[in-house]
Order: sequence, then C-alpha cells, then structure tokens
Amino acid sequence: MNRKVLSAAFPVTVPVLMGYLAIGMAFGFMLQGIGYDAIWAFFMSLTIYAGSGQYLGVDLLATCATLGTIAVMTLLINFRHLVYGLSLLEKFRGMGLRKVYMMFSLTDETYALLSSVEAPPDVEPRDFYFAIALLNHFYWIAGSVIGAVAGAILPIDTKGIDFAMTALFIVIAVEQWTSYSDHLPAILGAVFTLVSLTLVGADNMLLPALCAIVLALLFLRKHLEQKENHAHTEEKGEPPC
Amino acid sequence: MLSTTETLAAIAVMAVVTFLTRALPFLLFDRKGNPPRLVLYLGRVLPPAIIAMLIVYCLKDSLLALELHPLQGYETWLPALISITVAIILHLWKRNTLLSIFGSTILYMFLVQAVFVV
Repeated sequence: MNRKVLSAAFPVTVPVLMGYLAIGMAFGFMLQGIGYDAIWAFFMSLTIYAGSGQYLGVDLLATCATLGTIAVMTLLINFRHLVYGLSLLEKFRGMGLRKVYMMFSLTDETYALLSSVEAPPDVEPRDFYFAIALLNHFYWIAGSVIGAVAGAILPIDTKGIDFAMTALFIVIAVEQWTSYSDHLPAILGAVFTLVSLTLVGADNMLLPALCAIVLALLFLRKHLEQKENHAHTEEKGEPPC
Repeated sequence: MLSTTETLAAIAVMAVVTFLTRALPFLLFDRKGNPPRLVLYLGRVLPPAIIAMLIVYCLKDSLLALELHPLQGYETWLPALISITVAIILHLWKRNTLLSIFGSTILYMFLVQAVFVV
C-alpha cells in the first residue's frame, strides 16, 4: 500500500472517521460498563467489526447468552449484509486474496462508500477500495479502545447509554423511509414484531417475528413488485411496457 | 460474568456469523449471470422490515410497560418516546447521523438518570 493510494482514500473516509470514533467509543464504554476492559474491546473490534452487531454483542455477553442464541441474534442483526455483497460482485472481482478482507470488512459505512465513490484516475481502483476498507477498520478499532479506556478512567454513570443502539436503528429507518417509495415492508416488520412480543414474550420474540415477516413479504411479492415497477416508470416518465 | 474461554467462544461465534453474512453473496452468486429474482426481491424489501423489527426489539421493555401498565409504567416508556421523537426530528432536520444518535442518547441518559428516576 503506497502513500498515493492512502492519501487518495483518506479524504473519502473522513465522515466514517468521525462516525466510527464516536460510535466505537460508545461501544467501548458500554463494554467497560459490563466489566470487559480495553483489550476485549480491541479484540472484538478487530475480529467481529460490526457496529450494531457489537452493540448487541455487549447485551449478549452481559446476559450470558448461549452460543446458539448468539449465533441466531448475530445472523438476524447482520442479515442486511447479505444484500450488500450483491451490488459489489463486480467491483471486487480480481482482487485475489484481498477479496477475503473486503468481504470481512463490508460494514454499512464501508458499503456506502464503496458503492458510491470512484477512484481518482491515477489510482488503481482495487488498491483504492482496499485502502478505504483498511482505514475504516482502523478507525473502528481506535474508537472502541479509546471508549473502553475512557470508561475505565472517567466516573460517568452509563445508565441509558444503550439507547445509542436504538438511535442508530431509528436513523437508519428514517433514511430508508425517505428513500423507499413503498413503506409496507417497514410497517409489516414493526407490526409482526409487536404481535410476536405480545404473544411470545420478550425472550424468544425475534425468530417467530422474522419467519412471519419473510412469509408475508413472499406472499405480497406480486403486489410489492407491481408497485415498485409503477413507481419506477413514474420516475422515468415513460409509459409502462 | 462469562469465563475467558466462554467469552472467546462467544466472540468467535459473532465473528464467524458476521463474516458469513457478508461473504455469502460472493460465495453463491459470484459468477456470470444474475442472482435469482427472488433473492434480489428479498434483498430489496427485507432491510426496512428487519430494521423495523430491531427497533421494536430494542424497545421491548418500554413497549411491554406501555402495554401492561400504561399509567404506572410511564417512567419506563416516556423517556424512550421522548428521545425517539427527538432523534427523528433531529435527523429529518439536520441529516447528521452523529448528531441524531448522540443528541438523542445524551437526552435519554439525562431523562433516565435525572428526571424519571424509579
């Protein structure tokens, strides 16, 4: 990795730098709050590297969840990542061994950058993508370690800091709500989970909710795809064919 | 608290599952031709549904309090309701992810620590 590639990639990653330092610090803080120090924060951020996944991980460690529960919950919370790869198949082609790291480091923010930026003309695109992924990972590790150290030194009452996870999801939902033309999937997701919470209770609510959501979306596929096509042709101003 | 070995096992499971969710599209569809239309369809409609599901999950304690004892349990659900409203308004107004997350979290911490003390 040479200087030119890094100095081309750095400006692109500055928003992620700010975000990861802050959100990573909140993670380190929470982890410290349940009795795990900076070494654990470093290790988790190095090997897992997932914002909302690690927030949830704090919850799972604190409640001494079983490995099965941990696997299912991690799968659920990271399910959206399945979608990210689909749109980057072309971009990662021909990256050799580095591709394994590119897949590993595909967080929401890295995905957002990689799917939108173009490499400068004098920089090899694959080096550029790799540099972006590495820098973001570094910010995340740095933020979480700083947060864990600060949590050990500063006498701050952390009660309520777990709301950061709710707030993160709220922000994602607001972004989705304004960019999606159809709000039915989001509404279905909320309604089925509420029903599951009421019927099954808080401990085992997610799996029944997820099954109901997937079934409902499959059942409504014709309807939703028609609406999608309709919105698409309206945008383009062309008659439907 | 979990033992060191148990913690390492828990972290390993999180790391492997997270990696798999990111690598699976490449393992399944990284060849010429497009992924099945059903997969693409689910890829479009699932994310907003999952995020909505996770929001309800995060709020499960507040929602249960609201459902079971709406009046006595207000110190559980009211701070969450206020902070969520603030997060949404802040985000629609400034579109700054950091500001929305930290503004609403600090407000929530203040509310549960100093205002609605149980």
